[in-house]
Amino acid sequence: MKERFLTWLYGDQDVMDEILDSFNKPDMTHSELKKITRAAEEEYDNRPEVLETIGRERAAFRKMYLAVAFISCIALTLVLLYTISLLPRYGAENPQTIEVVSRYVEDGLDETGAVNIVSGMILDYRAFDTLGESHVLFTALVCVMILLRIDNKNQRSDYEDYYTVRTDSYFDLSSDPVLRLVCAVIIPCILLYGIYILLNGQNSPGGGFSGGAVLGAGMILFSAAFGFDKADQFFTLKVSNIITFVSLAFYSFAKGYVFFMGANGLENHIPKGTPGAIFSGGMILPLDIAVGCVVGCTMFGFYSLFRRGSIGGRL
Amino acid sequence: MSVIWNFPLFTVVLSLFSGVLCMMLPARRARNYTIAYESVLIVMVSCVLGYTIRTGKAFTYPMGEFPAPWGNEIRAGVLEALIALLFLIVLLCSVLAGYRFLRKDIDESKQNLYFSLLNLMTAALMAMAWTNDVFTGYVFLEILTLTSCGILIVREIGRTTLAAVRYMIMNLVGSGLFLLGLVLLYDISGHLLMVPMRESLARVAADPSSIPVLSLSVGILTIGLGIKSGMFPFHFWMPDTYGWATPTSASVLSSLVSKAYLFLLFKIYLRAIGIDVLRQTPILKILFILGICGMVIGSVSAMRASTINQMVAFSSAAQIGYIYMGIGLGTFAGFNAALFQIFAHAATKSLLFLTTPCLAEVSGDSLKFRELQGSARKDNLAGFFFTAGSLSMIGIPIFAGFAAKLMFGQAAIMTSAPYKILLVMIALAVSSVLNAMYFIRTLIRIYSDPADASKSPWKNRYHVDKSRVGYIAAGLILTAGNIFLGMFSWVVSDLIYRGLGMFL
Repeated sequence: MKERFLTWLYGDQDVMDEILDSFNKPDMTHSELKKITRAAEEEYDNRPEVLETIGRERAAFRKMYLAVAFISCIALTLVLLYTISLLPRYGAENPQTIEVVSRYVEDGLDETGAVNIVSGMILDYRAFDTLGESHVLFTALVCVMILLRIDNKNQRSDYEDYYTVRTDSYFDLSSDPVLRLVCAVIIPCILLYGIYILLNGQNSPGGGFSGGAVLGAGMILFSAAFGFDKADQFFTLKVSNIITFVSLAFYSFAKGYVFFMGANGLENHIPKGTPGAIFSGGMILPLDIAVGCVVGCTMFGFYSLFRRGSIGGRL
Repeated sequence: MSVIWNFPLFTVVLSLFSGVLCMMLPARRARNYTIAYESVLIVMVSCVLGYTIRTGKAFTYPMGEFPAPWGNEIRAGVLEALIALLFLIVLLCSVLAGYRFLRKDIDESKQNLYFSLLNLMTAALMAMAWTNDVFTGYVFLEILTLTSCGILIVREIGRTTLAAVRYMIMNLVGSGLFLLGLVLLYDISGHLLMVPMRESLARVAADPSSIPVLSLSVGILTIGLGIKSGMFPFHFWMPDTYGWATPTSASVLSSLVSKAYLFLLFKIYLRAIGIDVLRQTPILKILFILGICGMVIGSVSAMRASTINQMVAFSSAAQIGYIYMGIGLGTFAGFNAALFQIFAHAATKSLLFLTTPCLAEVSGDSLKFRELQGSARKDNLAGFFFTAGSLSMIGIPIFAGFAAKLMFGQAAIMTSAPYKILLVMIALAVSSVLNAMYFIRTLIRIYSDPADASKSPWKNRYHVDKSRVGYIAAGLILTAGNIFLGMFSWVVSDLIYRGLGMFL
């Protein structure tokens, strides 16, 4: 008892510390760190008492884990199925749910000027949610940049770098003449189609998110077929940042203006336009363009960060 | 309609814009800009608070030209403004105090991205405080999830990467369950705005056969938010997450992010579901039991922790347990105590998490108890702040923790259900004794004679120098806030009561 109390009072050791704390020492190179980590792990793993306890604990834990996971998955599935069986039947007249939807469907065209009711709903009726949603993408981009952009702390060792470059060039298709020719024909079509989806969000299914995704896919294909060097000539980190910044700042302030005017009962002087024409639906078209730019930059940014740890060339 | 009505909208839009702007600025400027605009937000929110106290009424603000059940809406009352003010003040203190460590922990080229995430998080926190629409709550909850993983992983050491992966998995499970719950509730009620949803659910609940489906959907939603805020059986992500993050992140994650989820839960319970419907379901009873288990088991785990940060993190699990116990009481006094605990805990935990790295700094950058011996003697100010925080956590009078525990006790007695009174009293006593055990052990450890007294890197005993001004200011603000909450708890609790009255 006394011994246990003293151990508690004077603190005991967490074995993971030894291994993981060593990542903390900045004055070591990456390869040195790896060597030390591996040695520490091996030394620890091979202690006989560790082998025995860990083996036992691991087996017990694995069994427990499997059992608990299995039971909770089954339980959750059954609960959800049971809940769904209690819900109002699909297609049944439900006076509770009709009020909100009917106005979107019946008056949507008049009130927003958009033929595509979905666009009218997400960018006009419930624009505040979409304002948040477009920043979710930006947040994801920032997180991926933090995680994958190469800096002084997470740079790869020479060995890893060599390996990455070798495999990358093995899978690199930019010297393939067939691919280049086909891409030269197809990429303008893809980009054009993306712009079409982007600009027609108010009239047909589409809009900023889907159009931006097509544009981003076109960009990815371009850099895969012609190499990053070609893409870097016009799409640098600075360009990407400026496009994202301008689009999102425009989005925030345009929507802020509309919210402010609407809430204060003022006229916002944004023409609704003729339904069906390209300039219709009030703010929907410029907002779609802004969202499309952000989505395109984000998609290409993800690809570039995952593949080589930077946007627009090495830092 | 006064100009002040627009301020809640400005706080959200300005924070979103600042998040994008900070990506473009160099690190130092991003930090100065963040401090400046957070101060502006504090002024705005104070205006809203003053206005709602003076008029005695909450106001709703339509987002755009479309009225309530069709367009989005935000709402500001005393409680919303008070919570928003708490979030902003603690956030500002965390940035001020943690900046010295940020520069050490984060690569130069990514510091501006850190502030970018912090500002997006501010936007999400503000939106959570103001929202009057459950789906807006979900959208900004997503931003909060992503940003909290981002500010955790930014330290780029093995431990934080592990912790962030675990935290992200738990968080995504929580978000998914929360969304499922919302979808089910929307399917039943046909509304996403809180007040129409409550009216619709009240009509549905009049039929007793609908209670199972209501309990299940509210239960799924509650488990989702429970996982994210660290409710008892789901609290195992806490020690790694809070223990290894950079100090600013640890403070923000423990005292703001989990509280934002809890406040959203409060809002949904009281404004979107309605307390009468909720009392017909067994959820409050389950929360009561889970809260009490959390209070005890969190403290027991804290006693076994090997580093000071893990101990403080496990004590967070215990404190979150208090809040769930308060909700589980199901009375207004219980909600009041739980909301007061949000304030007390935010003021205390941020102080502790911002202080532990200073103690570690004078003990060879180690957070282990063994090495912390005598650290408070080498850094007297940090020792003082840590003592203040510990005493508040234990529940010594004049500190915030005491007032919170007193309120829980009173709320339990007012329920007049004997088993509840008994359980709450026993849980409070046990939890306080356990708290005292591990915090006093730590205090003894950090004040006992250091083995190497001469090793202190600082020139004078109180270490007042230029790089520490921010830390000292933040520490003093948080300590003062703690003592204010403890000495004048009736001011805050009165405001919370008024805010709860406006909630309905």
